[in-house]
Amino acid sequence: MLTLIIGILEEGLAYGVLALGVYITYKILDFPDLSVDGTFPLGGAVTVALISMGLNPLIALLASFLIGAFAGMITGIIHVRFRVRDMLSGIIMMTGLYSVNLRIAGSANVAIFTKDSIFDNSFIDRVVPEGFRPYLVVTLLFVIVLIMKILLDVYLKTKSGYLLRAVGDNETVVTSLAKDKGTIKIIGLSIANGFVAMSGGIFVQRNGFFEISIGTGALVAGVASVIIGINLLGKVSFLKATTTVILGSILYKTCVQIAISFGLVSQDRKLITAILFLIILITSNGRKRRVKAHA
Amino acid sequence: MLRLIDINKYYNPGTVNEMCLFDGFNLDIREEEFVSVVGSNGSGKTSMLNIICGSIPVDNGKIEINGTDITNMPEYKRQMRIGRVYQNPALGTCPNMTILENMSLADNKGKSFNLQLGTNKKRINGYRETLSRLGLGLEEKMDVTVGTLSGGQRQALAMIMATMTPIEFLILDEHTAALDPKTAELIMELTRDIVKEKKLTTIMVTHNLRYAVEYGNRLLMMHQGELVLDKCGEEKHALEVDDILDKFNKISIECGN
Repeated sequence: MLTLIIGILEEGLAYGVLALGVYITYKILDFPDLSVDGTFPLGGAVTVALISMGLNPLIALLASFLIGAFAGMITGIIHVRFRVRDMLSGIIMMTGLYSVNLRIAGSANVAIFTKDSIFDNSFIDRVVPEGFRPYLVVTLLFVIVLIMKILLDVYLKTKSGYLLRAVGDNETVVTSLAKDKGTIKIIGLSIANGFVAMSGGIFVQRNGFFEISIGTGALVAGVASVIIGINLLGKVSFLKATTTVILGSILYKTCVQIAISFGLVSQDRKLITAILFLIILITSNGRKRRVKAHA
Repeated sequence: MLRLIDINKYYNPGTVNEMCLFDGFNLDIREEEFVSVVGSNGSGKTSMLNIICGSIPVDNGKIEINGTDITNMPEYKRQMRIGRVYQNPALGTCPNMTILENMSLADNKGKSFNLQLGTNKKRINGYRETLSRLGLGLEEKMDVTVGTLSGGQRQALAMIMATMTPIEFLILDEHTAALDPKTAELIMELTRDIVKEKKLTTIMVTHNLRYAVEYGNRLLMMHQGELVLDKCGEEKHALEVDDILDKFNKISIECGN
């Protein structure tokens, strides 16, 4: 049971960084960014490629963030400068990235069990006592997610962060401030996909292998986490939106795990994901409608 | 000095619905003029504001500010010199951000939006003071999101935000039309004070003929993309609501309404 809980926590936290990224696009920018399904494995591909080359796993993580941010920037440019619809810009990136990811990773399945990762390296072998090993991954993940959350919180409090929030809230205000709303959107998409790709890198380092299909449903998982977090825990005043989103990610993974424990096999995982997502969307719509009826 | 020179504007060009709004439209607005613009729906008032602000492109003609051609300058760059308040109170503020955050945003107009802290703590007292002059109690609600405010409160805030940093032009697009009479009165007084204090060149589109007559030092009436009345100075002061109403009726009869 404890192993199961730790497993869920690990998975929820690994996807927590993804949820933070999706929070930026889905909630702040109000942009349904499907490129996430491509940038999540992109981060994974970059990570395995760099780790296979013998690079420091922490640097691999940073690299996945940067390359993800670059991919997000291209999504933004396609949408803003070439006036392609938001959904389609994401789909174009997602489709193109599939091949790019295969190129970077080298094949559809790459194992890095034998290599160092942030969770398993000589430093940890020396420092961490044997008894703590089962909790090591979850602790490290917690620290990473916390750092990313704080970074995002701080950014959203800067002038640039204010502008990012404003562009999703009311574009007209951004124009009134003599700022190009398109540029702000591109910046937002960059940061978001940086988070997402980093999450992919973390996921791959935790699992010890890369698989081309890990991106399928990444956006769904992210949006589900955001909706669960904001709708269920948004009322709790001492929790920041970014915190609720991470908790949402853990709750979402719990739901999936519960569904699987009812005798469904892992082949059914995506179906469970889809049905869960649908339920979440329907129930959150119902809440909104009721609120409107009262207003 | 703001000049619109020989402006041509067609809507839906090349289709059966093609409509010519402006055909060789000319307008000069001198510094520190407060221009009230009236006219029926579809007369081109808001289109004129949109052309000045760059929200819609022109087909032909030139827009100049102090002799500089800004015809091809993108909308957001023009806003450096322009403050605009819209008819819809929701358009001038960010509903999910607090009053303080909105004020901080507006205060930073013209400066770089970098990684410094979004709200400068030293400025908060100044914001409070500015807001307390409105007498709406907004200074006590700095941490409340703007979406929870009433239309009048939001419009007052939008007005403050639009004029917070040094601008040359104030564009008011029926900015009292969505408000109740008492609040509208308050916003108009606020407008007058701000325009006077900051010496702004102002263009105010309104459907309220009384405001058009009472406020400002120049009055324009537009009809089908043309100026049918342009009074300034003494002539403007002599105008009364009935005079404008007469003119309005005449035009309507000519149109067969």
